[in-house]
Amino acid sequence: MAGLLLILFCTFFFPGIIVRTKSIASGRKGPDVFQPMKDILRLLKKGNVYSKTSSIIFRLAPVVYFVSVVMAALMLPMGSHPGLISFEGDFIFFAYVLAIGKFFLILGALDTGSSFEGMGASREALYSLLAEPAFFVLMASFAMYTGHTSFYEIYKFLYFDSYLTIFTGILAAYVLIQIAMIENSRMPYDDPKTHLELTMVHEVMVLDNSGFDLGIIQFASALKFAVFGSLMANFFITPEMPLHIAILIFVSTQLAFAVIVGLLESFRARHRLRNNNQAILTLTPIAILIFFSILLILTKQF
Amino acid sequence: MNLILVGALVLFSTLVSVGVFTTGNTYSEFLQVNFWEKNLALSIDPLSALFICIINFTVLTASVFAIEYMKMYQKKSATELSIHYFSFFLLHLSMILVCMVHQGIAFLVVWELMAVSSFMLVIFDNEKGSVLRAGINYLIQMHIGALFLLSAFIILHIKTGSYDFEALRQYFYQYLNIPLFLLFFIGFGIKAGFMPLHTWLPHAHPAAPTHVSAVMSGVMIKLGIYGIVRVAIYLQADVLWIGVIVLIVSVISGIGGVAWAIVQHDLKKLLAYHSIENIGIIGMGLGVGLIGIGLNNTLLIVFGFAGCLLHVLNHSLFKSLLFYGSGAIYMKTHTRNIELLGGLIKKLPVTAVLFLIASLAICGLPPFNGFISEFIIYKGIIVGLSEASIWIQVLMLLSMIGLVIIGGLAIFCFTKAYGIAFLGTSRKADTSKITEIRWYSMIPLIVIAAVIVFIGLFPQIAVQPITYVVNNLSLNIDCSAGVSPSLAMIQNIGLAGALFIGIILFMLLLKKLATRKKTTTTADTWGCAYSGSIEKGQYTATSYAENYTDMAQPLLNIKTTYRSIDAEDIFPKQRSFETESEDMVEKKVYSRFVKFLNRALGRMAVIQTGNTQHYILYAFVMILLLLILTVLNLI
Repeated sequence: MAGLLLILFCTFFFPGIIVRTKSIASGRKGPDVFQPMKDILRLLKKGNVYSKTSSIIFRLAPVVYFVSVVMAALMLPMGSHPGLISFEGDFIFFAYVLAIGKFFLILGALDTGSSFEGMGASREALYSLLAEPAFFVLMASFAMYTGHTSFYEIYKFLYFDSYLTIFTGILAAYVLIQIAMIENSRMPYDDPKTHLELTMVHEVMVLDNSGFDLGIIQFASALKFAVFGSLMANFFITPEMPLHIAILIFVSTQLAFAVIVGLLESFRARHRLRNNNQAILTLTPIAILIFFSILLILTKQF
Repeated sequence: MNLILVGALVLFSTLVSVGVFTTGNTYSEFLQVNFWEKNLALSIDPLSALFICIINFTVLTASVFAIEYMKMYQKKSATELSIHYFSFFLLHLSMILVCMVHQGIAFLVVWELMAVSSFMLVIFDNEKGSVLRAGINYLIQMHIGALFLLSAFIILHIKTGSYDFEALRQYFYQYLNIPLFLLFFIGFGIKAGFMPLHTWLPHAHPAAPTHVSAVMSGVMIKLGIYGIVRVAIYLQADVLWIGVIVLIVSVISGIGGVAWAIVQHDLKKLLAYHSIENIGIIGMGLGVGLIGIGLNNTLLIVFGFAGCLLHVLNHSLFKSLLFYGSGAIYMKTHTRNIELLGGLIKKLPVTAVLFLIASLAICGLPPFNGFISEFIIYKGIIVGLSEASIWIQVLMLLSMIGLVIIGGLAIFCFTKAYGIAFLGTSRKADTSKITEIRWYSMIPLIVIAAVIVFIGLFPQIAVQPITYVVNNLSLNIDCSAGVSPSLAMIQNIGLAGALFIGIILFMLLLKKLATRKKTTTTADTWGCAYSGSIEKGQYTATSYAENYTDMAQPLLNIKTTYRSIDAEDIFPKQRSFETESEDMVEKKVYSRFVKFLNRALGRMAVIQTGNTQHYILYAFVMILLLLILTVLNLI
């Protein structure tokens, strides 16, 4: 429960910190940290506009997407506290429940009959399918390392003590950040601030969503960031830590993550769309590298 | 027509009771029938009982669905119709007998009966040339499979003097395991549709009427799996290697099946390729289980076999539902080409919802039944990752990547199929007047969807009989100890799924409350301020899949027929764009082999002159040859 509250807490700041970092990096004054959340709140108070072509799927899709991210958040542990839902093999459920949200968002995009949204849906579907193996290999490697298959126990028994484990940890953090960028459709895979429909991925999918629906989609995106941030933060938290230090580490990791995202978006250009596929696919070999280094650790040859 | 239907129903009820009765009982039922001077035993052990229950359920739903579907064929003569219904009944009977007969020759007889009766069903619509070709293709491939099985049984008989499956134990104890198993695996694998033995499937399923495709894809191909499991449980040595072979073939089938499914525009052909994919997933479970036997790891055995058998059940449910859904679309729009369709959800809302449930289930998404079996297989693979041998670890990692890719591609494929056919607006087909199918045709669809959701939310109830079957596979290793933890874990998925649905309902309520006082307006879809008709501007199935097909072009070999606009074309006329994908296995392997065979046999045909004198000469030469050989004491 502590984990869930912390994730929610970080969600409120996350998009704001990214925006703030970007404005500082580019020398602008920029909006304050709470502006993105205020925007979402304003959207939640508005009525919806629906396309004539759309059906019930379009109305259902944002809700399912939002709930899928909430479910994912419910499964994450926080140090010595397991998530609300925690069982053997829950990381498989985690990945698949995020997939069902995406499934509905894609259907919602296709439901409008817009060619733009079809295009975005097709891209998003392909990118998430290409990124999925890396996440599974990563989690399975840790499952193999610790001998457990639930988030809580994996993190509980995960220690970075030797050089090789630290190397593995760095690689894992890299892969996780990249997966988070793909899952949240951020730079360098997708530019949320682009103004041309043809070059969008995620934004073009939700082009026809408005009001309450758009509000929860945007909140879900912020929440998803915090979920992936929490996946990373848990690496640094050991079960013996007292709660206040764990919370401190958790929040600062999330903060660091948000700043990294902001800096990435300030100083990097987006990949060419054609190169995205290859760029995403390279994550799987990196994850396999992690797998092999864990094999080395386990065979105690180092 | 109704009479036979009722006959099938009666048979169904009796057999289910027998099946269920045996599930509650460790002992098999024996019926005595006279066969070849010996008594033939028909027995149902838990494994058979499971398959019989699956067969009966699917055949029952198919018969109900067929009532309205067959009204499309009222022009057909009474003879044709009665042959069709009779074959359907015969197919049902032979499938059940396949599960009950344990004597090799009798098994081959009912196996053949199953092939022939399903062949008759496939060629029902035989005015179309393509249907007849698909049927003949099917019949020939089934006989190649039967040849492998026949040779395997003959080898068994030569070495042990018995045709029984039970004799396999003795054979495998004394002789090499891998060659005989491979013979069985190829023979059964052709029926199951493992890649590269799958080429009959994408032709036969679109050709057959919908209820037949549902039965063939839902249960008949699973009997190939039944056969493999039946043989595999007697294996004594080299089980590890056999498991590795099965696992590798299955991963290839799984990825290949879905990779080709994405580029199909014909809804039923798409589903046929998905059958290959799901056979791959089932085979992965089996492979993991066999590796478990080889390594003496009970957890691997339980997860592997349970995942395999549960996926057999699950696939029969969602695949038949998807076929009925595509049948309903075909009945109303007379097309299976999804490129012409669109916006069907407004005309067929109930079908659309049921089709969506099945699509989610086949993608293995929670909280539906497909996730449960895939989850169990994942668990098995993760257990395998902790095995001592590095080769097994790497193999397991690669299979896990395979399963993840299969899942991702399946999502890609079904968002395409569902999004294009049901959502947006109609592309070309006239869907203005279509209505839902009759209520009695809808019953089987609703029942199957209910079972899918039920298994998704209460997986422990479905897993219980499966683990019972696994415990009674008469393996050399007792794995009942590993069953209880897997059961406890499965329950959590159901709870998590229920929570997921609960929060969705809560959020919908919240949305209703939040937007209660707000105005909800409808407007045109955003098209950069373009507000004309969008039918032709919508994304098509081809364009949706384009970024994938670009990437997978070496595998798919897609041919595009399009003449680009020249500089001289000042006023371009109407032009067309067409893409077509080929099954590389069929083209590169089968077509070449058949061409080679045709050429070789063409040379042989030289002796076939049609001249009587020549034939008399052949006979004379033959007699002379025999005479000389006899005189020389050579024969």
